[in-house]
Amino acid sequence: MNRFAQSWVSAAFVLSVGTALTLGLPFVMDDYTLLQGTIYAIMAILGVSLAFIWGFSGILCFGQAAFFGLGAYTYAVAVINMGDSTIPFLIAIIVPALFATLLGYVIFYGRLSDVYMGVITLTVTLILFNLINSTAGPEWKIGSAALGGFNGMPSIPTLNFPGQVDEALTPAHLFYLTMICLLLIYLGLRCLISSKIGRVVIAAKENEQRILLLGYDARVYKLFSFVLGGAIAGLAGCLFANWGAFTSPTIFGLAQSAQIIIWVIVGGLGTLVGPIVGCVAIQWLTTQIGTQQIFNSNLILGAILVVFVLLVPRGIVPSLGDLLELLWKKFKSKPSHEITHSSQPLTPEKNLADSGPNLGAVEKPLSKGEQLA
Amino acid sequence: MTPLIETRRLNVRFGGVHATRDVNFSLAEAELRCVIGPNGAGKSTFFKLLTGQVKPTSGQILFRGKDISNMQPHDPGRLGIGIKTQVPSLFNGLSVWENVWLSARRTNGAAAANRITEETLERVGMSTHSHKLAGLLSHGMRQWVEIGVVIAADPPLILLDEPAAGMSDAEVAKTAELILEVNRKHALVVVEHDMNFIRMIAKTVTVLHQGAVIKEDTPDRIMSDPLIQQIYLGKKPH
Repeated sequence: MNRFAQSWVSAAFVLSVGTALTLGLPFVMDDYTLLQGTIYAIMAILGVSLAFIWGFSGILCFGQAAFFGLGAYTYAVAVINMGDSTIPFLIAIIVPALFATLLGYVIFYGRLSDVYMGVITLTVTLILFNLINSTAGPEWKIGSAALGGFNGMPSIPTLNFPGQVDEALTPAHLFYLTMICLLLIYLGLRCLISSKIGRVVIAAKENEQRILLLGYDARVYKLFSFVLGGAIAGLAGCLFANWGAFTSPTIFGLAQSAQIIIWVIVGGLGTLVGPIVGCVAIQWLTTQIGTQQIFNSNLILGAILVVFVLLVPRGIVPSLGDLLELLWKKFKSKPSHEITHSSQPLTPEKNLADSGPNLGAVEKPLSKGEQLA
Repeated sequence: MTPLIETRRLNVRFGGVHATRDVNFSLAEAELRCVIGPNGAGKSTFFKLLTGQVKPTSGQILFRGKDISNMQPHDPGRLGIGIKTQVPSLFNGLSVWENVWLSARRTNGAAAANRITEETLERVGMSTHSHKLAGLLSHGMRQWVEIGVVIAADPPLILLDEPAAGMSDAEVAKTAELILEVNRKHALVVVEHDMNFIRMIAKTVTVLHQGAVIKEDTPDRIMSDPLIQQIYLGKKPH
């Protein structure tokens, strides 16, 4: 098996586990736990959006929360005005994408450096926070939707089946929808990474000067990634507004922005599945910490981040992948008669190729075999 | 006949430094030209002018008669100008194969890009290393991979900045062979200071000194010119 096939086997493994969880969890979980699962999946979608634009395109965006919040508020305003949630669902993706286009155009076509990129995205997020936060007065209305300022927007109508206003989704339906969105986004991004566009995006992160010398306009590819990341975050925001039927300006806050970055660092930068793992692990931990009174939860999360940056800088998934690969090589390097009667020598290449599913290798961008794509 | 690339009274000033002075340079289709000069002669600036990395203060750069003096950074590649920088510029985290493939794929379909990549790796002698990460290769191999990256796009003009820098004698000889082979189809401008290397490949040499072109001739005549020996090799004329 070559590495191309191997990476897809690993992707298939991730998708199988995801599908099994999607189908199985509603039968074994009570409603409260299922709601917990839904919010993990929603945040995982948000994590994947940053995983793609930071890990694969090299764009460190501190403002992913801005697109997330825009998605939530756009959905809330649109659905309160329209009633049927079909179009609001789509608008909640389109508006953040358009906002990302505008912001990305200024950043990439203005050739701003990474530091300015970070400053601008963070500033925009905080501006949105302050803007929405100060809309508490009754004059702040869009159509019949009051923005609510720091009080937030309560009683947001839940998604309904397309065209059937009275057929609202149950919590179980929302769980299915969220998981399907997460799996489709994962699959779509994996396909994108293997395509020409994805390879150029990754190559531009590796060496922008060379990609320019080859005649690719790096700005277009970066903008595309940024907009795609914004759209995915917008979708997550829309699902979030549905999950609690509530949204407030805190989703534009610094804590939210920082949290997404922590998920990616802990899960593994440069992978798609890593931030999902990181997101779920940190969220679960946050919930657990919340049940005790001895330590402040932010203090513990901060300590975890420091430990990861110092001791597991590559994150959970790549480190786990490396460990599995190492163990497999050790196992394979035993004298051949101990593990096989074949007279064929085991070459290092064969060791690698036969090493089976390997989460670390899953996401290694552009492995050699992918040339055949 | 319109030259492939031509510069007309090209000047660049960096503050008080006049790095390029009235350079008139012309290269025909499929020609191979070496540009030499001592340190500080303006070779690198001239190279950067041709690649669009430096904008001229005055004068024109024409590619097949079209003024390209104010290009975007990605324009040379689109026009058909392949560039190899002095320090090999590769995608270190990608394999040799992918490095070349990205170059071939810009204007070709996936199947054609696969074929071109195989052929190119064969041409530059890197087929056996195609699966290795570019960042893990030796310096000489990186130079060849970068030449492969450049020729995979099949550009009519190739600009090479010191392609033999930091190579062993055997590697220099192989690189010279490779450049002559590439020159069967592509025009090349080679900026170089290694005179032995220039002897191996050059038919015509342009000498830069203090930003200006002072001579254009065959390598033998250039080497035996007393003025060039004085300014380039540091020898006094007899």
